[in-house]
Amino acid sequence: MNAPAAPLSPYSSAIGKPNIEVHTLSVLVDNEPGVLARVVGLFSGRGYNIESLTVAEVAHAEHLSRITIVTSGTPEAIEQIGHQLERLVPIHKVTDLTLRGNAVERELAMIKVAGTGQDRDEALRLADAFRARVIDASIESFVFELTGAVGKIDQFIELMRPIGLVEVSRTGVAAMSRGPNPT
Amino acid sequence: MTNLMTGAEMVVRALRDQGVETIFGYPGGAVLPIYDALFHQKHIKHVLVRHEQGAAHAAEGFARSSGKAGVLLVTSGPGATNAVTGLTDALMDSIPVVCITGQVPTHLIGSDAFQECDTVGITRHCTKHNYLVRQIEDLPRILHEAFYVAQNGRPGPVVIDIPKDVQFAIGTYIGPRNIEHKTYRPRLDGDPDRIEQAALLMASARRPIFYTGGGIINSGPEASRLLRELAGLTGFPVTSTLMGLGAYPASAKNWLGMLGMHGTYEANNAMHDCDVMIAIGARFDDRITGRLDAFSPGSKKIHIDIDPSSINKNVKVDLGIVGDCTHVLRQLIDVWRGRDLAPDTVALAKWQAQIEKWRSRKSLSFKNSKEVIKPQYAVQRLYELTKGRDTYITTEVGQHQMWAAQHYHFEAPNRWLTSGGLGTMGYGLPAAIGAQMAHPGALVIDIAGEASILMNIQELSTAAQYRLPVKIFILNNEYMGMVRQWQELLHGGRYSESYSEALPDFVKLAEAYGAHGIRCSDPAKLDEAIMEMLETPKTVIFDCVVDKNENCLPMIPSGKAHNEMILPGHDAELETAVDAAGKMLV
Ligand SMILES: Cc1ncc(C[n+]2csc(CCOP(=O)(O)OP(=O)(O)O)c2C)c(N)n1
Ligand SMILES: [Mg+2]
Repeated sequence: MNAPAAPLSPYSSAIGKPNIEVHTLSVLVDNEPGVLARVVGLFSGRGYNIESLTVAEVAHAEHLSRITIVTSGTPEAIEQIGHQLERLVPIHKVTDLTLRGNAVERELAMIKVAGTGQDRDEALRLADAFRARVIDASIESFVFELTGAVGKIDQFIELMRPIGLVEVSRTGVAAMSRGPNPT
Repeated sequence: MTNLMTGAEMVVRALRDQGVETIFGYPGGAVLPIYDALFHQKHIKHVLVRHEQGAAHAAEGFARSSGKAGVLLVTSGPGATNAVTGLTDALMDSIPVVCITGQVPTHLIGSDAFQECDTVGITRHCTKHNYLVRQIEDLPRILHEAFYVAQNGRPGPVVIDIPKDVQFAIGTYIGPRNIEHKTYRPRLDGDPDRIEQAALLMASARRPIFYTGGGIINSGPEASRLLRELAGLTGFPVTSTLMGLGAYPASAKNWLGMLGMHGTYEANNAMHDCDVMIAIGARFDDRITGRLDAFSPGSKKIHIDIDPSSINKNVKVDLGIVGDCTHVLRQLIDVWRGRDLAPDTVALAKWQAQIEKWRSRKSLSFKNSKEVIKPQYAVQRLYELTKGRDTYITTEVGQHQMWAAQHYHFEAPNRWLTSGGLGTMGYGLPAAIGAQMAHPGALVIDIAGEASILMNIQELSTAAQYRLPVKIFILNNEYMGMVRQWQELLHGGRYSESYSEALPDFVKLAEAYGAHGIRCSDPAKLDEAIMEMLETPKTVIFDCVVDKNENCLPMIPSGKAHNEMILPGHDAELETAVDAAGKMLV
């Protein structure tokens, strides 16, 4: 018996062409010790990807933290990731913002650029165009702060590369849904 | 009774308030305060095992045979790490277990103190949830929460790691009634629209099948009763995974036997050719599905499971219903009755005729012998001679486990305890001890292999101490038979390290532990020897010397589909059955 319609599953992506998507998941968790390890361990243990991850407390009195994870995989794998996250006991809510399709996503980056003369002028001009702020300056360097969508930051970093990029520090994506309702 | 007490006293009090009467454990420095608290009371019976893995499997055996949570108590460091296999086993098979571990005092955590290990770190991946109790104020809540989490939703093991200073600290105890979980509230009722759709799909089915699993047993005896009712109403045939045996009576006419790698020909072919599959509390494990892209290609699949992540995980289904089996089965029956639905009896009769054709292939048959005991025959005789009794069967892992599943038949849930998901050799004896503790008057038999039994043989000492009349029925083929079979299948008969060399004399071994030993190698004397075992009111090791080279059939070779089974008498096909891709799958 051969070639029936292949039942797709997150673990059968070897069958047929994998259709990889990038999704942003917003995960509201109880801010208890070990919760981040549980989430990260779930991803490593089950072989899921983490493109970026941010975590911080968002409601002190209620002990709530929000973990924002950018992950990639087939749609089936991403659905599975959502369910696996929901299985973790200290998790309140998992929202796939990409699936919802109405999220705002922002990242903050610090970018150090060193150089003198023309390169230095060019760096400043580009920073201005991207609305990056100078948060540190020395005679031969700047640290820029840039907030925006991931793509914008990527683009800025690429532009800085030939004119003295030294290093980059990025926060990873923070995101939430648009409109009056909570994510 | 005052509510001011030490952490250790809280542990004992909380166990009592949770209805726990039996725990399995092993003491050590980091749990001495709890052992002291146990010493001062008589409500909770502590069973001293001989290895912490044994405690975990015993707790599992207790849980699976009784439906209640199993509890174990072990010390820090090696006590905790020894329990890890049992915890993983409970996770894979969704068994409610609460494991209390001692920990070094909080101020020493992280200092590589004596017998310190990162218990919550180590067990994070092999528990449903775990806790490190940092202060006495959290202890009562965590204790009760742990029982709640272990037993609700998809059950599983929960670890509570309690540092020694917290065990000594004094605090206020809170009872279980005042505790509610913040986040964990599993869904019990299925979505009514989906139930409706499922019922309609079932009524329109021409070649239906119920594919049932351990979830029905975990859901409680009512779920098994409802399954019988629904199968009775619809007349649909029923198959089950290894984990689900007993949920549906093996004597029923529409029972197909177990499915999967060593399942029956009729069950696997019916799975392959069905047009509507109703999966209930089963998880489409690779031992069940065989080759995924050829798995039941023409069917509409309904999947009922309490764990949303099980749905669409391995196999994409048409209708997923999240809910507890008992609730969903009841809802389905209500809709079926309420809307006066009826099966397509004409189509069903044709389907049953087809199934009878498959059944007539007698896929569990074997060539019996007068010279040597065939392992299948041994299980058949054991079944025939024990079937009227109040019996619980545990197993180790290997061929004997599959033969037990094929040839021992179950009429009721919670009677069959086997390590399905993890496949842990060494499970059966401690699990039998757990089951015997839960059912003191019952007949508890571990159907074992000679290799597996040695993995937790030390628990014979436990059985002796508590005078537990467990019966260890070893199908002794002098091989790690399942490994030998795979080596025959995949590696040209090169039996690398799978011969059980230097075996003990099991009869003398029994005697050394104060148990009774029996050896039998003659098919003609087998019944008599089994009767001797059954009539001996103490622990028995039965060394059943069986054919060394018997293969476990039928079999779906890995990488193959349900309708590509190898049947008994076709052993020769085994050597060529698996291609390179299948070899990888194992
Ligand atoms: C702890 C553990 N180690 C290794 C294995 C791999 N394994 C599966 S079956 C088996 C052989 C079991 O031999 P025996 O208990 O004699 O049973 P038989 O197959 O001969 O009936 C082995 C080694 C396992 N399942 N569990
Ligand atoms: Mg053997």
